[in-house]
Amino acid sequence: MSPAFLILLALGLGLIAWLAARARAWSFKRSNPGTRLAALPSYHGWYVAFWVVLPMLAFAVLWSVVQPMLVEQSVLANPAAADLPGFALERETMLAEARAVATGAAPAVFNPDAQRLVAPYREALSRFNLIGLIAALVIAFAGGAWAFLRLRPDFRARTKVERTVMALLLLASLVAILTTLGIFVSLVFESVRFFGMISPADFLFGTRWGPDPMSPAESADPSRYGAIPLFWGTIYIGAIIAMIVAIPLGLMSAVYLTQYADPRWRRVLKPALEILAGVPTVVYGYFAALTVAPAIRDAAIAIGIDNASSESALAAGLVMGVMIIPFVSSMADDSIAAVPSAMRDGSLAMGATTNETIRRVLLPAALPGIVAGVMLAISRAIGETMIVVMAAGAAANLTANPLEAMTTVTFQIVAMLTGEGSFDNPATLSAFALGLVLFLVTLALNFIALRVVKRFREAYE
Amino acid sequence: MSNPVPRSVELTRTPGFERRLRQRYAAERRFRLAGLGAILFSVAVLLFLLVTMTINGIGGFQRATLKVPVAFSQVSLALPQGLDSEGAAIRALESQGLPEVIDDFARETLGEEAADELSPDAWRVAAEQIIDDPTLLDRDAQLILPASENLSAALAGDGQAALQPLARRLAAEGVLAERLDLGFLSRSDATDSQLAGIWGALKGSILTMLVTLALAFPIGVLSALYLEEYAPRNRWTDLIEVSINNLAAVPSIIFGLLGLAVFLTLFPSLRSAPLIGGMTLALMTMPVIVISGRNAIKAVPPSIRDGALAIGASPVQVVFHHVLPLALPGILTGTIIGMARALGETAPLLMIGMRAFVATPPDSLTDPATVLPVQIFLWSDEVDRGFVERTSAAIIVLLAFLLVMNGLAIYLRNRFEKTW
Amino acid sequence: MVTNPISNAEPKMRARDVSVYYGTKKAIDAVSIDIPTEYVTAFIGPSGCGKSTFLRTLNRMNDTIASARVEGRIELDGEDIYESGMDVVQLRARVGMVFQKPNPFPKSIYENVAYGPRIHGFAEGKADLDAVVERSLRRAGLWEEVKDRLEDSGTALSGGQQQRLCIARAIAVEPEVILMDEPCSALDPIATAKIEELIDELRGRYAIVIVTHSMQQAARVSQRTAFFHLGHMVEYGETSQIFTTPRETRTQDYITGRYG
Repeated sequence: MSPAFLILLALGLGLIAWLAARARAWSFKRSNPGTRLAALPSYHGWYVAFWVVLPMLAFAVLWSVVQPMLVEQSVLANPAAADLPGFALERETMLAEARAVATGAAPAVFNPDAQRLVAPYREALSRFNLIGLIAALVIAFAGGAWAFLRLRPDFRARTKVERTVMALLLLASLVAILTTLGIFVSLVFESVRFFGMISPADFLFGTRWGPDPMSPAESADPSRYGAIPLFWGTIYIGAIIAMIVAIPLGLMSAVYLTQYADPRWRRVLKPALEILAGVPTVVYGYFAALTVAPAIRDAAIAIGIDNASSESALAAGLVMGVMIIPFVSSMADDSIAAVPSAMRDGSLAMGATTNETIRRVLLPAALPGIVAGVMLAISRAIGETMIVVMAAGAAANLTANPLEAMTTVTFQIVAMLTGEGSFDNPATLSAFALGLVLFLVTLALNFIALRVVKRFREAYE
Repeated sequence: MSNPVPRSVELTRTPGFERRLRQRYAAERRFRLAGLGAILFSVAVLLFLLVTMTINGIGGFQRATLKVPVAFSQVSLALPQGLDSEGAAIRALESQGLPEVIDDFARETLGEEAADELSPDAWRVAAEQIIDDPTLLDRDAQLILPASENLSAALAGDGQAALQPLARRLAAEGVLAERLDLGFLSRSDATDSQLAGIWGALKGSILTMLVTLALAFPIGVLSALYLEEYAPRNRWTDLIEVSINNLAAVPSIIFGLLGLAVFLTLFPSLRSAPLIGGMTLALMTMPVIVISGRNAIKAVPPSIRDGALAIGASPVQVVFHHVLPLALPGILTGTIIGMARALGETAPLLMIGMRAFVATPPDSLTDPATVLPVQIFLWSDEVDRGFVERTSAAIIVLLAFLLVMNGLAIYLRNRFEKTW
Repeated sequence: MVTNPISNAEPKMRARDVSVYYGTKKAIDAVSIDIPTEYVTAFIGPSGCGKSTFLRTLNRMNDTIASARVEGRIELDGEDIYESGMDVVQLRARVGMVFQKPNPFPKSIYENVAYGPRIHGFAEGKADLDAVVERSLRRAGLWEEVKDRLEDSGTALSGGQQQRLCIARAIAVEPEVILMDEPCSALDPIATAKIEELIDELRGRYAIVIVTHSMQQAARVSQRTAFFHLGHMVEYGETSQIFTTPRETRTQDYITGRYG
């Protein structure tokens, strides 16, 4: 039972319910020409339609979680599953294979033993699909019938419908809180498991990073989980090298666009910057790895540095800086635009040149906004993944040499979770601890920056 | 005027002032140039990036092919009737010995050496050509078949020194050439760069984006309406606002961790599926839609609400009949921009397993799939020269989609932007 | 009371047939006027009549508006200020301006006043600059109020104090002309009275041009008044004459409150 099918079915039934209920409301009107309905017929339609669609969709979501479990249980109860291997991983693989064949995702099984499970699987699947479909239909009809029977000429369908709409609106906006909560809880949950194996002090203050996803969880060596080199690499690439590129270039771009550029040029240059901002990070990463990193290595060798590696913090940082330019520029643009033009006029009327006005009046006045923009830019840079994955390297070096490979928090999250490690290994779990640190740091940066921006805006209103 | 204080008219006529004035104007020019330089640097990087990708990418839309004359009239191959799928037809041709037929003719006409460098999947390409045009089997045909990766590299003069003389000879004879390969857009991933295509990844992207749109758009618009029109000023509303503002700035990889920890725990069988990818990206896109939606709703003047309320419309009617239609262009602009960002997103999808090698395009939301940016990432790891070109070509396709989306957003913004 | 200031001395500024266009729209049509020194000249007229636009042409602040174009001739001491020989930095050092809304820079009081002398290099050394700041604040009647908190932000002052700070800032570079664009419109009556008093004290040293929408204010502070209407200068003369025996019926109508 595909989700798309269920949704379409629900919408179709909803449409039928809508039409039927609206017709019913019209018939009230026709049979009693004098009466006035308490609500427009279409509201009667919406009322019944909601009662058909919403319970059915709620059930469908629930069922999509429950059904696979039921199917698996019923397959395991089948005699054919009696001689399944006890070892969890092997067992999972065989079940997955059988499931893939049964659903038609794979043409044939790889492991012949799994073949025996295909038939029970197929049978269980079709049985539970049928059960689910029938249950969904029953729920839809029950809801629809109940609602339909409540329709009366004096039924205040509009109030009910509007109350439902408000509830839906509230529900939709709760998704944001749920997401934040979901992120926080899942990160904390897995991090707690990690810190049960590795002490937070070793993690936060250790200077050697080299987890081994293959070594058994019991013998994890805490001295290999020191995240300081990752934090340093993240700050060095994202907050230092990238910002050295992005702040002056972004700021000067914004100054030129707002204060100097001819409106015609502005119309061309601003979208160009927007395009630069819209280029996916994977493209920047590829550009860094394919073009910038080799160029930097060649340049380093040319000036006599022999051991320059092809992956370097400099390459990743430079490209990240270019990526951030439009962001800094647009934040600075907003901040400068928020400074009242009276400031500018006041300075110009004193006989100041434009550049004196910008440097002595506009930029100081816009400074809080610009600082907040830079904080947001840093938060972006340290959370950026693809550029460092493709260009910064994997070696956890604690060095200030920009020509060496460095690794970052985001790189290690990717590395730890795309490897072979299982979910009870501290190496895998360390990704969540790193994610938690990243989340908290970016949260703090954003929170402070938004506060600063808000106060700054209020100051000039 | 008995005041001893010098007036500006005297002060501005001293040589010192003249000198300073010249310096000030020089500083002004330098500053202006620095600004122009900064923005031109950004534009230059953009152009350089686009030009590099285009130059490399053109090669990705071509592949080295060999012209192989095959006299089908001399062999007894037949395309069985009534086969519904292309796969079945290809298997039927295979069982009749098409691979050997192709190999034999290649050896006969091109020589052993060249025939060895025909792509191992060349017969499959031939089969597809036969299925497209069954009359081929009745005549002698010149088939254009892909060369091996090594020969392709040799033709490009990129390594494979041993094969370069052969490549030069075949090229001179007009047998071997780089020919336009539109199949790149209709094939899926392969381990051989000559046979790789992006349709699988593109289809994965499309399915993922459909899920993202279906979830993020309604939730985003409804949240924006609630927050802007109905939400009471209290701590809950503040919490929602803070959540949304922060979610908009949370690194995308964190959403990947959420998808991994929550969605894949709930639906373990849907690893790599567009459904899970779309759900993860929807959570990331939703705040963007909410924020732009709120701005668009805020821009609808209160007089319109007052007017509708004054004739007895309920608050819900006011919003759905008047405010929403007026705010829609702005909301759509924000949605397209958010979707464009989601389309280019890679990191969160790596987390939820969309990095697997997927050689068949996904047929449903629950099939294993990959997406365009991830495909680019995967190919970028390949050392083969052929994949470098394929990667750039895939980037061109991705950028083309993004350009169209952003262009649409800019058009919408300019077309429907109203000032009240 | 001087009966005819124009014939007595060479005017400080002289405008001849000045027209201003915004794009293709004509905002000022062929205005000619002489502005004497040591007097306060008031520009009055209904809003949108072009009086502020014309004021801004006198120190070329219209240059900051891309679509604005000025025709005609404006002289400062006989020199055309739109000629290439006249530098706009020099011009604005000699023709200061005070705006409608007080616009102190978000800097300290001291730095606000020191801004002009600093950028132009008019003061040598800290002591010199201190003296300029004190003198300007004294002249603006602000010294006693702020002498103990010169390092406080200029934006922390009250509206009237801010406007006097802006006047102090303008006179710190010792201009010959001060243009004031409705300097009291954002202020309360008490602050307005103080500014008017200040304008009266300052006129002995500068040519002051004030745009105002208040006829009472024009009558109180100015000696010469020009009435603008729809981009034209309708009438120009001694304030007492304009307010008692206007020559033009339009002036009469405006002054007696029939419109505006």
